[in-house]
Amino acid sequence: MTGDEKHDNAATSTMDVLWVLYDRVLRAHPDRTDDPERDRFLLSKGHGPMAYYAVLAEKGFLDPDELGSWAEFESRLGLHPDRVLVPGVEIGSGSLGHGLPLGVGVVRGLRARGRTRPRAVVLLGDAELDEGSNHEAIAVAGRWGLEQLTAVVVDNSSSTHGWPGGIADRFAREGWATRTADGRDHEDLHRALTEAHPDRPLAVVAVVEPYDQEEAA
Amino acid sequence: MTATEQTMRDVFVHAMSAALDDDPRIALVLADISADRFTEVTERHPDRIHDVGIREQAMVGVAGGLALAGLRPVLHTITPFLVERPYEQLKLDLGHQGVGAVAVSTGASYDYPGAGRTHMAPADVALLDTLPGWAVHVPGHPDELRAALDTALAGDDRVYLRMSEQVNAEPRLGGPGWQVVRHGTRGVVAAVGPTLDPVLAATAGLDVTVLYTGEIRPFDAVGLRAAAGSARPDVVLVEPYLRGTSAHEVQRALADLPHRALSLGVRRDTELRNYGTAQQHTAAHGLDAAGIAAEVRGFLG
Repeated sequence: MTGDEKHDNAATSTMDVLWVLYDRVLRAHPDRTDDPERDRFLLSKGHGPMAYYAVLAEKGFLDPDELGSWAEFESRLGLHPDRVLVPGVEIGSGSLGHGLPLGVGVVRGLRARGRTRPRAVVLLGDAELDEGSNHEAIAVAGRWGLEQLTAVVVDNSSSTHGWPGGIADRFAREGWATRTADGRDHEDLHRALTEAHPDRPLAVVAVVEPYDQEEAA
Repeated sequence: MTATEQTMRDVFVHAMSAALDDDPRIALVLADISADRFTEVTERHPDRIHDVGIREQAMVGVAGGLALAGLRPVLHTITPFLVERPYEQLKLDLGHQGVGAVAVSTGASYDYPGAGRTHMAPADVALLDTLPGWAVHVPGHPDELRAALDTALAGDDRVYLRMSEQVNAEPRLGGPGWQVVRHGTRGVVAAVGPTLDPVLAATAGLDVTVLYTGEIRPFDAVGLRAAAGSARPDVVLVEPYLRGTSAHEVQRALADLPHRALSLGVRRDTELRNYGTAQQHTAAHGLDAAGIAAEVRGFLG
C-alpha cells in the first residue's frame, strides 16, 4: 500500500495495538458485523489507516487483494476509513476528535438496550487529544462511570504543546481507570486492555517511539 | 395568543416526555438547556436521557453513538449551540456515519432579542441545507410542531425541528408540501412557518395566490410550480430565517418557466446590534405586515 507516506508514522504507530485488539481482545468477527453483542472498535485517529486495513484483511473482513487498489476512485478503502463502505468498520473518521464522543453514545445506547457486555474501544493519538471535543467526552464518560468504554491513546509524542504530567493523568482526574503500556509489547498491551476496572471507563496509554518530524516532513 | 395556550417548547417537553414513556427506542440528549423541564421523566428513564452538561460537541457525538447503537436520539438546545457551534459534528457524527437523529432547536432567529447576536442563529436552515438528507420543519403553530415531532420520532432519518416563539393564530396541518391558502392571479406569495399571518395581513385585498408550508425541506417544487403555473409567475418567498435561504430551490422549481422571484427574510447584509422586542426585530427585517406589503406591492407593480 503506497501513496500515503506522509502518514506512515500514523500507520506504524498503531500496528501493534490493532493486532492485539483484533487477535486477542475484541469479540469481532467478519460473520457477525451486525451482531448487537459484538465489541465495537472505533478508530478515531482515522488518518494512516494502512495498518487497520491490513489487520481487517488478515482477520477476514476484507479480501487482501482489495488492499492494492486503495484510494482509487472505485475503492472502498480511502485514506480515511468509511463505515458505510468497509465491512466491520464501526465509524467513519478522519477529522480528529469525533471517536470518543461517539463511543460514549454507543456505550450509553448499548446500556439503554440492556446490553452491558459489549465493549467500545476507541483508538486515539496523543496529538488528537488537542481537540477539545475529546475533553468533553473524557469528562462525561468519567462522571457516568462507563465501564464498557475503553480509550487507547497511542502516544508517539506528536502533540505540539505536549501533556505535562502525562496523558494518563488527564483521564485519571476525570474518574477513569488508567494503565500505561509499552505500545510495542503485546503482552503488556493485552494485560492493560483486559484487567478489570469496575465501574469506570478505562484509558490505556500505549507508548511508542517518538514521532520522527524529519521523516514526516 | 392567550395565556393558557402552550408554547412550542411546552408542547415539545410534554410530547417528548410521553414518547420516552411509550417507546424504549427513544433517547434524549441535552446540554443543560431545558434539563430542568425534564426532571421527572429523567427519574423514570435515567438510561435514556443524557445531559452532557454545557458540551455541545459531545451532545451531537453522543447522539450519533446512540443512533449507532440502535436508538432514536433527539438532541435539543438553543439554536446557535445546536446548529452552528457543532456544525461539523452534525455533518460527521450523524450524516457521514449514515445515521439519523431529531434535532430540536429553541430560540429561532431573534426570539431572544435582548440576548443579542450570540443567541441568534438565523442561518440555521441555510447551514443544514448544505448537508444532504435533512428534513427541515419550520412549524408555524405548536400543534404543527407536535405533529412533526410525532412523525419524526417514528422514523430513522435526520430531521430538524425549528421551534419559535413567533406563531400564527391557527395551525395548518395539511402538509407536507405547499398548501394553497388562497387563490389569485397576479402572483404567488409563499409563506414559511410563522410568517403566514403577516403575509395574510400584507396581501389582504391583493389578487394573489398565498401558499403556506411548515416543512421547507424537502422542498415541494411540484407544489410551487403548480401555483406559479396557474397565476402570473411572479413569486415572493417569505422565510423567517436568513433571506434567500430557499432561493435556489425556487429557481430549480421554476427552471422551465419564465418567472420573477423575490426573497424576503432576515437581513444578511448587516448584523443588527439591537435589543428590544421580537416585534421590533420583525419590523427591522421587513417581516411585519407593513414591510411585506410594501415589498409585495413594489414587486408586483
